[in-house]
Amino acid sequence: MLNRQGRPSSAGEAGTTTHPTFTGNKALAQIEPLLFEIGRYGTTGVDLDEPDDFQPRLGGLERKEAIGLPGLSEPETMRHYVRLSQQNYGIDTGLFPLGSCTMKHNARLNERMARLPGFADVHPLQPVSTVQGALELMSELGRYLVTLTNMTAVALSPKAGAHGELCGMMAIKAAIEAKGEGATRNVVLVPDSAHGTNPATAALIGFKVKPVPAREDGSVHVEDVKKLLGPDVAAIMLTNPNTCGLFEPQVAEIAKAIHDAGAYFYCDGANFNAIVGKAKPGDLGVDAMHINLHKTFSTPHGGGGPGSGPVVLSARLAPFAPVPFVRAGKDGGFELVEQESDAAEKPFGRMTAFHGQMGMYVRALSYMLSHGADGMKQASEDAVLNANYIRAGLADLLSLPFGNKPCMHEVLFDDAWLKDTGVTTLDVAKAMIDEGYHPMTMYFPLVVHGAMLIEPTESESKASLDLFIATLRDLAMAAKNGDKERFTGAPYHAPRRRLDETRAARNPVLKWTPPEPVAEAAE
Amino acid sequence: MRYLPLSDSDRGEMLARIGVNHVDELFADVPKNLLLKEPVDLPRRKGELEVERILSRMSAKNMSASSVPFFVGAGAYKHHVPATVDHLIQRSEFLTSYTPYQPEIAQGTLQYLFEFQTQVAALTGMDVANASMYDGSTGTGEAVLMAHRVTKRRKAVLSGGLHPHYTDVVKTLSDMASDETIILAPDVSGTEDILSQIDDTTSCVVVQSPDVFGHVRDLKPIADKAHKHGALLIAVFTEVVSLGLLKSPGSQGADIVVGEGQSIGNALNFGGPYVGLFATQSKYIRQMPGRLCGETVDADGNRGFVLTLSTREQHIRRDKATSNICTNSGLCSLAFTIHMTLLGEKGLTRLARINHANAVKLADQLGTVKGVEVLNETFFNEFTVKLAKPAAEIVERLAGKGVLAGVPVSRLMPGAGLDNLLLVASTEVNTDDDRAALCAALKEVL
Repeated sequence: MLNRQGRPSSAGEAGTTTHPTFTGNKALAQIEPLLFEIGRYGTTGVDLDEPDDFQPRLGGLERKEAIGLPGLSEPETMRHYVRLSQQNYGIDTGLFPLGSCTMKHNARLNERMARLPGFADVHPLQPVSTVQGALELMSELGRYLVTLTNMTAVALSPKAGAHGELCGMMAIKAAIEAKGEGATRNVVLVPDSAHGTNPATAALIGFKVKPVPAREDGSVHVEDVKKLLGPDVAAIMLTNPNTCGLFEPQVAEIAKAIHDAGAYFYCDGANFNAIVGKAKPGDLGVDAMHINLHKTFSTPHGGGGPGSGPVVLSARLAPFAPVPFVRAGKDGGFELVEQESDAAEKPFGRMTAFHGQMGMYVRALSYMLSHGADGMKQASEDAVLNANYIRAGLADLLSLPFGNKPCMHEVLFDDAWLKDTGVTTLDVAKAMIDEGYHPMTMYFPLVVHGAMLIEPTESESKASLDLFIATLRDLAMAAKNGDKERFTGAPYHAPRRRLDETRAARNPVLKWTPPEPVAEAAE
Repeated sequence: MRYLPLSDSDRGEMLARIGVNHVDELFADVPKNLLLKEPVDLPRRKGELEVERILSRMSAKNMSASSVPFFVGAGAYKHHVPATVDHLIQRSEFLTSYTPYQPEIAQGTLQYLFEFQTQVAALTGMDVANASMYDGSTGTGEAVLMAHRVTKRRKAVLSGGLHPHYTDVVKTLSDMASDETIILAPDVSGTEDILSQIDDTTSCVVVQSPDVFGHVRDLKPIADKAHKHGALLIAVFTEVVSLGLLKSPGSQGADIVVGEGQSIGNALNFGGPYVGLFATQSKYIRQMPGRLCGETVDADGNRGFVLTLSTREQHIRRDKATSNICTNSGLCSLAFTIHMTLLGEKGLTRLARINHANAVKLADQLGTVKGVEVLNETFFNEFTVKLAKPAAEIVERLAGKGVLAGVPVSRLMPGAGLDNLLLVASTEVNTDDDRAALCAALKEVL
């Protein structure tokens, strides 16, 4: 039984607590109730004075009922959210090897820059003459992205990676329609190893999705693509480096085959961070690629967002880029093209209100200025070096589905090494939590069994990697030696033990509701 | 490079351990002729001081909202955000965490998402809310797609009071998906006849209140007509503070409520990042887009939170997913939740009253300026004025005098013949001096 703070109703019920405490707290491990259980309806932590008397002009549509929003004073608010933060793991806490998600160091300089009043405190619809510096920043960011990718144009406005995919695929659809092939080219090829956002994006705008199998070596083979090509194919969506952590060796040939068939090459740029400064997607035949500023250029993930997903476009697609966009104006200034009718090109439309994720642009440009061309190249090399160092340190104990060969910025293991141990990939992940690590990406990509995708990034020192490798080696030995409980019961030391996700889905409780009044015991 | 911990000797040792001589051997799959030998043609690395100088110079070229009397709105609003909010969202454990896929070490994120969902559901008067969309405009696009899934129809009717950017986002998405959109003409007076557009083929009606011209709209008759024909009402707002004073969309019969949450907790940021609020009725939860946080228990029976109903989402359902959305506006929703917690119901209601009172005061004062006519009978904190001269020109001249007066309607709806209309917003940040400055400046240029 739980009380309304979600704690066991008697201290003894918590299985692992040998010395129960009266509060449920354990020194720095503080249990925090929900805001709705500690807040009060008459409390506010903001001092505002009631306005002088005035005649409302709301047309009789004033709210009569209470809303149901409790408040807290400022010190209580501070404590509530500080305590919640302490139940979270972040990249500042420790190594965060979440493959394909790229959890690298978030420099606080970037936070400071994003808060400069000329960026944070300007309105998207102010006169263009009053935001020339903001437009300059967008233009400069665009120049960096185009230079790093050798592409023709960039659409900055997409709000995150999946939104960028949508932008790129819309540009492709617009280009196909401009050629009069809209009715016939309606198939998009997506490898099995792709992120779920790829097929979801293609389907969202009416494309039929056809899977491309991955070969046993984890790569997409040009012959497999050619077999699927025809006059009905609009595009391929290929992730490169792919989600198995490998650079697609035939990417140039695939691009050529796609182009020969009159289709377009969309590249999922989620893993661009492996090759920044080492290779340019434009040189590989890419027509459109989104760039996750929150991965490659280190804008913080913030617990799941915000992201930012600018899309670089080839010359063939550049005319179809959405509004708004920045262009050079007279006298060295910048103009903002906000309406399709004001563009000499053929924009496919608008993806979002306003101009996109300005706050993320500032952070990303701050990252790029700090690293410079030399630092970005070094960062890619270190990211790849670190992943391979982990591969080398674990290859004899864990299993590599595609053999012990170089990987890019992330290394993919499968669960063959767990055979007959009674331990699953999920169990290993939870045991890593007990060791103080955020787990790797699990069960993705779908093309290998029990996938464990490890991406250390360039932010880890050699000492940090050595400890991580030693920890995983210890876990691997424990699993192989039959210490099943260390895994199946894990985590033992996290703020919560393993959570029942089935129960959450079966009976969804998606908001707090006031508890039923408890009847007085009739004694 | 200050962000890279490896030394050259580390690199050498590591390459040896891997068994290669040069790091480029690890890039062997990159076609030889395409592997770059030299850094790309961009400047070299820079220290913090130098980066600060460069970006501060760019920042200084912009006129910031706090530096002048400021009346710009139309979908993004200047509000005061308590210092506590920005401090808390910069806690490392919030700022540098990922999507809470490992719930045992992400209870901080998950619990605030649960609080966020509860707050949004309460504000909108709906059963459930998701864990945020990118912003109000993309949320509106998602809401239309959701209505199509629920009704199995594919025609949306868009009010002429809907923010034109929102209309454009819906239209772009609908055109691409070959869905139909009926877009009503700009509704300057808030009196359009939308009811006659609703029939048995309508999937949804999209109505904003307060609308883009500021009018407070009665949603009830629209909801009734929509429901009579098996269509859904999507109620949109761009100023969430208005919900502190106005009847909730849910209480007026909305089926999906979607809007911009920027006003609470989030800076103007030149348009982003913002936070899209999205709420609906329980019966539609499996058709919702986006992440949802749900309550459960752990192995010891303690309450905890997890992401749930993910079988709707792209990482499970791929091309059958309800949306392609993955990343959301996590940190912006945290800012929203913390600010809303500080306000509480009492503070929010008062904030809304101050906003409305300031706008009423401003409307009355502008009404006395020659060449200015206030068009609205109803409004919350933003209204439309008709000027004797083109608004874009006036706004530019006022900017030259250090007053940011509002948004010319022609900027949002060029070619609509509404060139003399100006949208003017007033929030709690405006003082008597600001209002006097605006009126005085207008008198000089009109």
